[in-house]
Amino acid sequence: MSAVLRVPTVLRPAMGGASVIAVEGSTVGEVLFKLTTTYPAVKGQLLNDDGTLHRFLNVYVNDDDVRYLGGVNALITNNDEITLLPAVAGGLW
Amino acid sequence: MLTLNSTHRDAIIATCIRALPNEGCGLLLGSADGVVVNVLASANVADSAKIYEIDPGVLLRAYRRADEVGIEVIGVFHSHTHSEALPSPTDIDQAPDPSWHYVIVSLRDLPVELRSFRVLDGSATSEPVEVVD
Repeated sequence: MSAVLRVPTVLRPAMGGASVIAVEGSTVGEVLFKLTTTYPAVKGQLLNDDGTLHRFLNVYVNDDDVRYLGGVNALITNNDEITLLPAVAGGLW
Repeated sequence: MLTLNSTHRDAIIATCIRALPNEGCGLLLGSADGVVVNVLASANVADSAKIYEIDPGVLLRAYRRADEVGIEVIGVFHSHTHSEALPSPTDIDQAPDPSWHYVIVSLRDLPVELRSFRVLDGSATSEPVEVVD
């Protein structure tokens, strides 16, 4: 499946600089894994070692948070728009 | 420098007061030179008096709204309910964007204190905040 991926400002330097890129994959996990092989510098910001979504990364497919669609198993269909949104958080953890 | 008007400032402070006893938070939309155009309140999805996390749905809407009207998401604000308006080590660790303005509101004392910081390479620097009407 072909989809477009919106890249957040903070990840652009490590992902070629573009704000929108074309991606291929049948699930969110497959798309993210391919990104980590193409752009190894962002691996630790996208996925955990066990392949699950990083705690501080929100991923939307169109208008839906993939945490409610099966996480990395969320399905991608042609022309979907995937948005990566690193969590905005802070405080005395 | 961060520039905002008194309506923006009051909206930021009101959001933080409404969130009590938890930390309040929200996003700043505006121009790349640090002029705030919109303040977007968020729920604190961390639901905590010690940490905050912007609702990712609000974050998504903020980016879309910014794209639609040709502005940018330029920063975030949150409150410290019982400490001064200085970034904690975690605030700094979790502040990855050197182009953003990180506003902290201290509700510890009256009058409420609002300060803004830039964070670069793990170090926070205070910046002037200009309120214009």
